[in-house]
Amino acid sequence: MTLLNFSIYDFSALINSIDAWLVETFSPTLGHLIGLVLVGTCFLIFTALLGLSLVYIERKICAFFQQRLGPMRVGFWGTAQTVADIIKLLFKESLITKKSDKFLFNLAAFVIMMAPFIVLSAIPFAKGLQALDLNIGLFFIISVSSIGVTGILLAGWSSNNKYSLIGAMRSGAQIVSYELSVAISLMTIVILTGSLQLSEIIASQSDGWWIFKGNIPAIIAFGVYIIASTAETNRGPFDMAEAESEITAGFHTEYSGIKFAFFFLAEYVNFFIISAVGATVFFGGWMPLHIGDATFFNSAMDVIPPIVWFFGKIAVIMFFIMWFKWTFPRLRIDQLLTLEWKYLLPISIINLLLMSIVALKGWHF
Amino acid sequence: MGAESLILFFIFGILLVGGGIVVSYLIAPSSKNAIKDEAYECGIPTKGESWVQFRVGYYLFAILFLIFEVETIFMIPWAVVMKDLGMVAFVEIIIFLAIVLLGLLYAWNRGALKWD
Repeated sequence: MTLLNFSIYDFSALINSIDAWLVETFSPTLGHLIGLVLVGTCFLIFTALLGLSLVYIERKICAFFQQRLGPMRVGFWGTAQTVADIIKLLFKESLITKKSDKFLFNLAAFVIMMAPFIVLSAIPFAKGLQALDLNIGLFFIISVSSIGVTGILLAGWSSNNKYSLIGAMRSGAQIVSYELSVAISLMTIVILTGSLQLSEIIASQSDGWWIFKGNIPAIIAFGVYIIASTAETNRGPFDMAEAESEITAGFHTEYSGIKFAFFFLAEYVNFFIISAVGATVFFGGWMPLHIGDATFFNSAMDVIPPIVWFFGKIAVIMFFIMWFKWTFPRLRIDQLLTLEWKYLLPISIINLLLMSIVALKGWHF
Repeated sequence: MGAESLILFFIFGILLVGGGIVVSYLIAPSSKNAIKDEAYECGIPTKGESWVQFRVGYYLFAILFLIFEVETIFMIPWAVVMKDLGMVAFVEIIIFLAIVLLGLLYAWNRGALKWD
């Protein structure tokens, strides 16, 4: 049996040693299979922990913005509040109304949760810590995460509830519209990297992040990305799909108990994914802050482990998106679609052309 | 891990949701009554179906989306090889985008983007 050589800086050694140990102990096929199941279980646990912690953080930050304390009672500073919530939701009766389409109603919960769960597999968490490093990684993320909108439309339609239908329609129009700007602003950086593989995109930022290296178009692209991806995940100020004051809870009005919890969880996993993709493409993912060939500075930055860099960047982006929610008033549907089709889409296309000029002339660093 | 492990994530996704639903089904109480079967709308009995024809504005945006999504799919391989192909790729994408943006301008001009 080989020893586990664990390093916080490079996980590939750890993964390889676990894999080697499994193959050695069991037969190659069985060992490989056990490895797959282990990875899947890790992702299940990660998804659950992500949902629990993000809901808590969101409630706490929301409370601080409004000069409240937020959840304080369950556990130290309310840290066990979300665990208590999920247990409560498990014990709640799962209602299905008589007039709803029961098959689609249940299917929606699966579709909406599985899309972000599959996307999580392609996220590079740290060096060597990525389940699927596809050569079309970014395209995979863009396309699979857009399956989620099908779940929203299914949920709204199958509920046979007016609020749900309105919410789903709004949400569908909003998500498909903003998806374009998200994809085009990510393409802006792909022009520079020349690859869709996430590990290569990260490797290309070893001498500086694209937001700094990519000149002005990269900054514009990030601005468009952050606005469009906030809208794509139905977060405030673009949350009129679930505008409580108008249409109760939008597309998940009829869902109760654990199925409601999955809608909530999917929303937060999506939130994590857009932050992670933004951090990977624009801010170098797990790559520490490097400046050209300033060797001393670079090696000083390398002391901080990649996984800390990755989650640190995500935390900053998430904080900004939460900040938007409590700063801007909610948009109306017509304003929302105007913003996308008349401003963001033309801006992002022109920005793409600008970036191709920058790439041709070599004006990036 | 290879791309075949996508199947794994598919299975575990089903396990995640299905497991939650099954556990909830086993431990949650269940008491049926007629009021619970009603849609959560406004308290008084619901009038009519919700499966109705919906306003056409949403479908116009869906059609516009289709055009631009196909355009985006065309542009993804373009963006990957843009730097290698150089000027040729740039001129070609300008022609391509001009045609697509003309479509957007047409829709804009005909009032497809107006919401009233």
